[in-house]
Amino acid sequence: MSENNLVISPRRGWVNIGIKELWRYREVIYFFVWRDIKVRYKQTLIGVLWALFQPLVAMLIFTVFFGRFARIPSADMPYPVFVYTGLVLWNYFSFVLTHASESMVSNSGIIQKIYFPRLAIPLSSCFIGMVDFAISFILLFGMMIYYRFLPSIEIIIYLPLLIGITMLASAGLGCFFAALNVKYRDVRYAVPFLIQMSLFLTPVIYPLSMLSEKYRWVLLLNPMSGVIETSRVLISGKGPIDWPALSISILVSILLFAWGVAYFRKTEDYFADII
Amino acid sequence: MHKAAIQIKGLSKKYNISHQRNYLALRDSLEGLLKNPFAFLKRKNKGLLEKEVFWALKDICLEIKKGEVVGIIGRNGAGKTTFLKIISRITCPTQGEVILRGRVGSLLEVGTGFHPELTGRENIYFNGSILGMRKKEIDKKFDQIVEFSGVEKFLDTPVKRFSSGMQVRLAFSVAAHLDPEILLVDEVLAVGDAQFQKKCLGKMKDVSQGGRTVLFVSHNMTAVRNLCKRTVLLESGRVAMDGPTELVTAAYLDQNLSLKGFVDEKEISGKLEGVVRRRSPTILLKKVTLLNSQGALCNAFRSDEPVVVSVLYECLEDIADLRVVVQVVDEDNNPVIISQNSDREEESELYLRKRGLYESFCLIPANLFGQKRFYISVHLLNLKIEHLILNKILSFDVNFQGFNLQHGEWAESILRPMLDWKTILREARG
Repeated sequence: MSENNLVISPRRGWVNIGIKELWRYREVIYFFVWRDIKVRYKQTLIGVLWALFQPLVAMLIFTVFFGRFARIPSADMPYPVFVYTGLVLWNYFSFVLTHASESMVSNSGIIQKIYFPRLAIPLSSCFIGMVDFAISFILLFGMMIYYRFLPSIEIIIYLPLLIGITMLASAGLGCFFAALNVKYRDVRYAVPFLIQMSLFLTPVIYPLSMLSEKYRWVLLLNPMSGVIETSRVLISGKGPIDWPALSISILVSILLFAWGVAYFRKTEDYFADII
Repeated sequence: MHKAAIQIKGLSKKYNISHQRNYLALRDSLEGLLKNPFAFLKRKNKGLLEKEVFWALKDICLEIKKGEVVGIIGRNGAGKTTFLKIISRITCPTQGEVILRGRVGSLLEVGTGFHPELTGRENIYFNGSILGMRKKEIDKKFDQIVEFSGVEKFLDTPVKRFSSGMQVRLAFSVAAHLDPEILLVDEVLAVGDAQFQKKCLGKMKDVSQGGRTVLFVSHNMTAVRNLCKRTVLLESGRVAMDGPTELVTAAYLDQNLSLKGFVDEKEISGKLEGVVRRRSPTILLKKVTLLNSQGALCNAFRSDEPVVVSVLYECLEDIADLRVVVQVVDEDNNPVIISQNSDREEESELYLRKRGLYESFCLIPANLFGQKRFYISVHLLNLKIEHLILNKILSFDVNFQGFNLQHGEWAESILRPMLDWKTILREARG
C-alpha cells in the first residue's frame, strides 16, 4: 500500500483536530495570510494610517471622557498610556475575532470548489491581525518615550505569552462564530455587537482594581482581563504580575480554543453543502 | 501490486431539502425555541416529517485502475458534480467510502480563488497553493504556466482588469500544471474560446497519456469520446451503465430522446426542464411530433424532403402573447436552427390565443441539412408568465441524397444547403 492512501468516509464519533494535515497544508495558511495582507495594504499609506488612526482616535476619546471627565483611575500611569495599552491588545483580539467569523462566508467560492483543511481559513486571521498589531505597537513605544516611561525588561519574555493567549482565545471564538455563520447568516450582525459590549466587560478603559474583590473573578473569566492587566504591569514596570489572574487567562484561552476548533471540525463536513 | 487507484464502495449522499428560505437565521431558531421550548422533543416523536430527503448519490460502486481515463456522463442532476465533490473531499459522503491511492488534484470550475485585486503573478501563487502546490513547485513551473496561458504581458496587472477569457486561460494553466496522480475534471472546457478549448483538450490528452488516472465529467460527448476509453453513465444518483465510451455515450444520447418520432404528454412531463411558473400553469405541452411531407411520423429524413415539427399544446386560459420556439441542435447542444412562430407576420395575429387545444407546425425546408443526426428542442412561452423548455426531446437522422445523381459526396457538414451558383467566363484565353 502506498503511503498516500486516503480514505473518504462519513465521520463519526470524537473529533480529531487534524493537526498533521494542517501542518502539511501550512503553506496554504501562509498564502491566505499573504493574500489578505497584500490586499489590505495594497494602498500602503492608507492601510498603515488606518491601523494607526483607529486606536489613536479611540484612545483620545476614551482619555477625554473616561480619563478627564469620569476620572477613572489608571494605576500610576498617564491615562492615555493606560488605555492605549489595553486598546492595542483589545483591537488585535477583536480584529481576529471579526475577521475569522466572516472568513468562511467570504471565501465561500473557494470552499465549494477546492479541498484543503478548512481550519486554515479562520486560523489565518490570527496572523493577518499581527500587522495592524505591530503598527499600533510602534505607536505605544512612541508614547512611552513621550511620557518617559521605562518598561520592565521582562516584557520581552512575557509579550509573546500575552499575544499567544490572545491568539488562542480569539481564534477559538473566531472558529466557533465562523462555523455558526455558515449556518446562521445573521451571526455576522451579532458578532460586532458582542465585541462592542464585551469591551466594557474587559478592563480596557478601567483597571481591574476598580471592582470589588467579590466580583473580580467574574471578569477574570474573560481571558483578555488577565492579558491586559499583565501588559500594564509590564509597561509601567511597577508591581508584580498577578499570576493567579494570568493563569486563569491561559486556562480559559486554551479551553476556548479547543472548544471553538472542535465545534468547527464537528460542523465543517456540511459547509460546502450549505454555504 | 495492481491496486485500483480509486475504489468506491457503496457511496451515497443525502441532502435534506428545506422548503422555506435560502438562509437559516439564528434569530428564527432562537425565536422558535422561546415560543416552544419543548418542540425538539416532540419533533423526535413525530419523525422526520417536515424534512424532504433527496439522495444525490445512491450506492455507487466503482473501481478505477491506475492510468485509466474515465468519463462520467449523465443528465443535469444525475449526481455527477456531487460525485466529484465527494472524491475531491469538498463534501462528505453520507454512507460508504472512497479509497484514493495517489495525490489528488481537482479542476472543478477553474478560476475560483482568484482575487480581483491581486496581480496575475500573485494569483498564480495563491491559486496554485490552495490547489495543493508547494511554493517551490510553483516557482519551478511558473514560466510554463505563464507561457501556456499566454498572458505574459499582463502579469503585473490586477486580475480585475483581465478579460474573462484571460482569467479563464490563466486559471486553467495553473490547474493544468498541478501534476497530480489522480486528476478530477469537471466541465472546464465549457469556457474560453474555441481555440483555447482545443488547447485545453490537448493538454488534457497529454495528462491522460502520461499514465495518470483521470475522471472527466462532461456534457460534451465529443470531448468524452476523444479522451476516455471507459465511461460511466449516472442516472438519478446510480450507475446506470459502465463500459466502453462508444457504447455508453451512444446509449446515453439515445436514452435522452425518443427515436419514435414523437413524445407524448407522459414522457414530456418527465423531461420538462427549466419550468418557470409564476402562477398555476397556463399552458400544457401535450405532444411533439416529427412528420415528413406526407404528414406521416418519421425520424429519418432524406435531405431532399422537408422536416415538419408539430407542437401540440393546450391553453388553459386566454393568453395574450404565446410563442412557440423550435430549435434544431447538434449533438453537443449547439444550436443549428432557431425559429419562432412569431417570425412570420401572418402568425402574429395568432399571438392571442383563446382557451383551447392548438397544434403549431414548423416546416424546415428540404435541401438544408447535411448527413448528421440532429436534435429538436422546443420552448413554449406564455410571454413573461410561463416558459416551458424541452431540451433535445427528439432526434432525427438526415440521409444526404446529393443534388444530382453523379455527385452525392461532401455530405459531412452540419448544413448542406442548395445555394445559388453562377459562373461567368471573364476572359477567354486561346
